[in-house]
Amino acid sequence: MVKKIAGKLYVSLIILFLYAPILVLIVLSFNKSKSRNKWGGFTLEWYQSLFKNDDIMTALYTTLIIAFLSAIIATIIGTAASIGMNSMKKVPRTIMMGVTNIPMLNADIVTGISLMLLFVAVNYTLGFSSVLLAHITFNIPYVILSVMPRLKQTNKNTYEAALDLGASPMKAFFKVVFPDIMPGVISGFMLAFTMSLDDFIITHFTRGAGVNTLSTKIYAETRKGIKPEMYALSTLLFVSVLLLLVIINRRNDSISKKRSM
Amino acid sequence: MVNNKLIDLINISKSYNGNVIIDDLNLYVRENEFLTFLGPSGCGKTTTLRMIGGFETPDQGKIIFDGKDITKLPPNERQLNTVFQKYALFTHMTIAENIAFGLKIKKKSKAYIDDKIKYALKLVNLEDYGNRMPDSLSGGQQQRIAIARAIVNEPKVLLLDEPLGALDLKLRQDMQYELIRLKNELGITFIYVTHDQEEALTMSDTIMVMNKGYIQQIGTPEKIYNEPENAFVADFIGESNIIGATMVRDRLVNILGANFPCVDEGFGENKPVDVVIRPEDIDLVAPEDGIITGRVTSLIFKGVHYEMDVMANGYEWLVHSTDLSPVGSEVGLKVDPFDIQIMKKPESDDEEAVVNNEQ
Ligand SMILES: Nc1ncnc2c1ncn2[C@@H]1O[C@H](COP(=O)(O)OP(=O)(O)O)[C@@H](O)[C@H]1O
Ligand SMILES: [Mg+2]
Repeated sequence: MVKKIAGKLYVSLIILFLYAPILVLIVLSFNKSKSRNKWGGFTLEWYQSLFKNDDIMTALYTTLIIAFLSAIIATIIGTAASIGMNSMKKVPRTIMMGVTNIPMLNADIVTGISLMLLFVAVNYTLGFSSVLLAHITFNIPYVILSVMPRLKQTNKNTYEAALDLGASPMKAFFKVVFPDIMPGVISGFMLAFTMSLDDFIITHFTRGAGVNTLSTKIYAETRKGIKPEMYALSTLLFVSVLLLLVIINRRNDSISKKRSM
Repeated sequence: MVNNKLIDLINISKSYNGNVIIDDLNLYVRENEFLTFLGPSGCGKTTTLRMIGGFETPDQGKIIFDGKDITKLPPNERQLNTVFQKYALFTHMTIAENIAFGLKIKKKSKAYIDDKIKYALKLVNLEDYGNRMPDSLSGGQQQRIAIARAIVNEPKVLLLDEPLGALDLKLRQDMQYELIRLKNELGITFIYVTHDQEEALTMSDTIMVMNKGYIQQIGTPEKIYNEPENAFVADFIGESNIIGATMVRDRLVNILGANFPCVDEGFGENKPVDVVIRPEDIDLVAPEDGIITGRVTSLIFKGVHYEMDVMANGYEWLVHSTDLSPVGSEVGLKVDPFDIQIMKKPESDDEEAVVNNEQ
């Protein structure tokens, strides 16, 4: 009994610590008063002015374009890389997996600074394309992470069976192997899209003057003094990332349920 | 049977990372034959089959199919189909779509494909399963679909790699008869891989016994069973007594100090040989009537017969008999001359036992 109560308390504390700040943010985004410690009534005013702000709309557009393009390109490269790695012998494959996993564990700030240094070193102008390249780079491991397990599960004989029945290697891949790993590819794409939406640090270091994603825009605005619009924008960003993650998790759950049946 | 050679493997060798898996293998397969590769796991059966299917390329040698050199031809251009051990059905397609796969690639008409699906499902006794997904079928059913998917393409040869390996005993036996029936109905050549000697003996016209990448013996099941050419074959095909002996002269062999009349000739005089005597070919008689005498050391009832160990002249003989001799009793052992199989002693493990290939 005591244990149960202690357990519940523990969970509540964790949730409080993790989500209280965000809850405050969400509440403030609907607060009519500009003050941070006074409730002036419910309003959607900040959300409305947000959508009228051209700078923010440009940042939103840039964010979505970068998220979409980097996710697509990372999905293509990551899927191809997974297929290549899967057909390697065990030792080189383990080494390659390690090499691709490290950037995921690496601190974002290290990745961000080193990418910036690389761009500067080769005289590559910082701007939209450098941010895009950076996002593709950090997204590839996430795609590999979700495609690889699917590939390992597929019976390697199905590819050979397709060849055996007269399919060319290309046809065999697209008709037989690809449909099998499709759920992993989609999960990889969505994960990459989310990671790109979510990123601040790497974008911050690799963007040139003039290019802003939502997160860098929020950062720039809050330095000038916090406007309630930023609460609204942060809330929207939080909700979209949360939604995407929930969808990805539910997909993975239902896939593994199907597998284990 | 004077059938044409359909497939000819000539001096085939294959290594992986410097390990020789197949060394200078020569083999031909005749039209309409049921040929089985039999050998312990790891002896190179799958590798050989995959070279015929086109999934591996031999390092040396040639593969001739129907008079044409196909050594370097990719699998999708070969007129043969494979049934894989783990079925390898396409899980995201229905059974009917699985069966139609090869025909669609060959751009057959819809009517033709529908006909073929119906015919194939009927042939494997799964008529109503066209719209099901592979996952909803049992292992045995999936294997039959894999066979149906292969045969609708009308291959001249069907390659089967341990197709019944994953099934339980009862189902496996049913499927063995099913496969023989299918083969007779289709009138095509089967090349079958198994490590199960009973399966090989039941199903094959011809068995190729392999060990360590070498052919040990090729012949009919009767020939392989009754006249194994070396100790490996004798040991692998059923239980037997394999004993070092001396060929005294033609038609007389000395086994453990006793002279046994036999029917073999041409081994020379006083030459070391191996003899193979099947346990069911040993007759237990009264001690004074036996060629040698011994004492029963163990007895197990096996249903059809008793299995006994008899210690005689320093060797524990395995004997199958329908007559019971209790443990500890003294018995005489007798073997008819034609039941003694004499084999040349091999000079090394890997020595190829087959000199003339009596298919
Ligand atoms: N792709 C491969 N790479 C390396 N070694 C292999 C490969 N395929 C098979 N082998 C080796 O070749 C030998 C024969 O294998 P295989 O032909 O599959 O035997 P079997 O089918 O008789 O059990 C085994 O020792 C196996 O480890
Ligand atoms: Mg094998």
